[in-house]
Amino acid sequence: MFRPRVIPCLLLKGDGLVKTMRFADPVYVGDPMNAVRIFNMRLADEIIFLDIEASLEGRSISPDLVRRIGEECFMPFAVGGGIRTTDQIRQLFRAGAEKAVLNTGAVECPDCISKAADMFGSQSIVVCIDVREDASHEKKVAVRSGRKITGLDPVAFARDMERRGAGEIMINSIDREGTMSGYDLGLIRQVSDAVSIPVIASGGAGDLAHMREALHDGNASAVSAGSMFVFQGPRRGVLISFPEQDELMALSPLCEADLNGS
Amino acid sequence: MTGVVDYGMGNLHSIIHKLHYIGARTTVITGPDDFRGVDRIILPGVGHFAKGMHNLRESGLLDALDSLVQGEGLPVLGICLGAQLLCRDSQESDNGRVVQGLGWIDGHVRRFDADRMHCRLKVPHMGWNTLRATNDSPLFTDLDAAAPYYFVHSYHLSEVPAEQVAAVTDYGYSFVSAVRKGNIHGTQFHPEKSHMNGLDLLDNFLELC
Repeated sequence: MFRPRVIPCLLLKGDGLVKTMRFADPVYVGDPMNAVRIFNMRLADEIIFLDIEASLEGRSISPDLVRRIGEECFMPFAVGGGIRTTDQIRQLFRAGAEKAVLNTGAVECPDCISKAADMFGSQSIVVCIDVREDASHEKKVAVRSGRKITGLDPVAFARDMERRGAGEIMINSIDREGTMSGYDLGLIRQVSDAVSIPVIASGGAGDLAHMREALHDGNASAVSAGSMFVFQGPRRGVLISFPEQDELMALSPLCEADLNGS
Repeated sequence: MTGVVDYGMGNLHSIIHKLHYIGARTTVITGPDDFRGVDRIILPGVGHFAKGMHNLRESGLLDALDSLVQGEGLPVLGICLGAQLLCRDSQESDNGRVVQGLGWIDGHVRRFDADRMHCRLKVPHMGWNTLRATNDSPLFTDLDAAAPYYFVHSYHLSEVPAEQVAAVTDYGYSFVSAVRKGNIHGTQFHPEKSHMNGLDLLDNFLELC
């Protein structure tokens, strides 16, 4: 039976993993290789690694780190942070990544999406759209680690990225990020219904019920989470975890469950 | 020695990593002269069918593969696009016309048909899904029958004769997710990205096929 992907999204700062809240106050949560080993054991579906400083520092996520991750990771993984050229993408794929995540690069160089999709196939190009409310409480696309709010409408931008060949849209609410208070379901639904490619819900997951909402009410194809998989308990103690397989099966599309009668 | 065919379609490193992890010796095949010492072949690949066939032809690999697999009976495992290329033809072309494949499996490759789906699911089919093995392909020997595997594809094998179907999977409707005809094997899913179940399957290909 098909079940939607549940994807840990891990943030890199230097050589370490961090977790932020609303893109601020990074807290060190451990070593990336250690996290990969735990997610291997827990049979995670896929992992996304994002270097949160790369874009600001004008470089891409480190191919050397990606190579080390690739040697350990027994599941598909995507990498992002400062990517804006097909040469960078080629290097990261050679290092073992399955997918490249573009964010600032997609906004500032939309043609790069078309070029990359043509060269490597749409299925390997993920556009991550960071969304933040502007001064008049309108949801707009943000770039440069969320610091610069563009005038772009997230839904129109998602459509444009699909047209240019993106294979997946990751829609991330900065205002929810790290809060564990639930996804921005309205935003996710608007984007999911506007495009025919898979949409990964991101920003705000605190428990499996939030994931179920994003999939069933938000029409997302996959869900990602950070805090939920690296923190434990009300004091947010660091403990890497991933749901059990039977808990994940409960996230399957309702119609699929009906078909299989189980 | 396992030859992994590099015809410019996707990331080879992932599969080579995993083959080394299970103790296989590998060599990368980029041209017809690279098959020396190779006793089995993996044809990986993600991307466009027509481009894949074009690259195989341009690099001179097409004829070499045909004589090694069809003539000498070397075991071959096609993965994802590699499995689709085993078929007679595909709808995935640049000009709307059907593109010829290797023709080793008597099936066709068609795009997921939303009209046939009993509920609306997005294409590509991307994520984890289970299989129902339909014949006793050695690939599935001693594997957990309920294990999920990683899929990412918009086209799938279709109209494959029952005796060549090794497994089917449901995504809106039931489609062929693995094939087997003698020494020729194919999986639509990615064993190299499917945790230990996938590694066990690759191990079965190395040991039993």
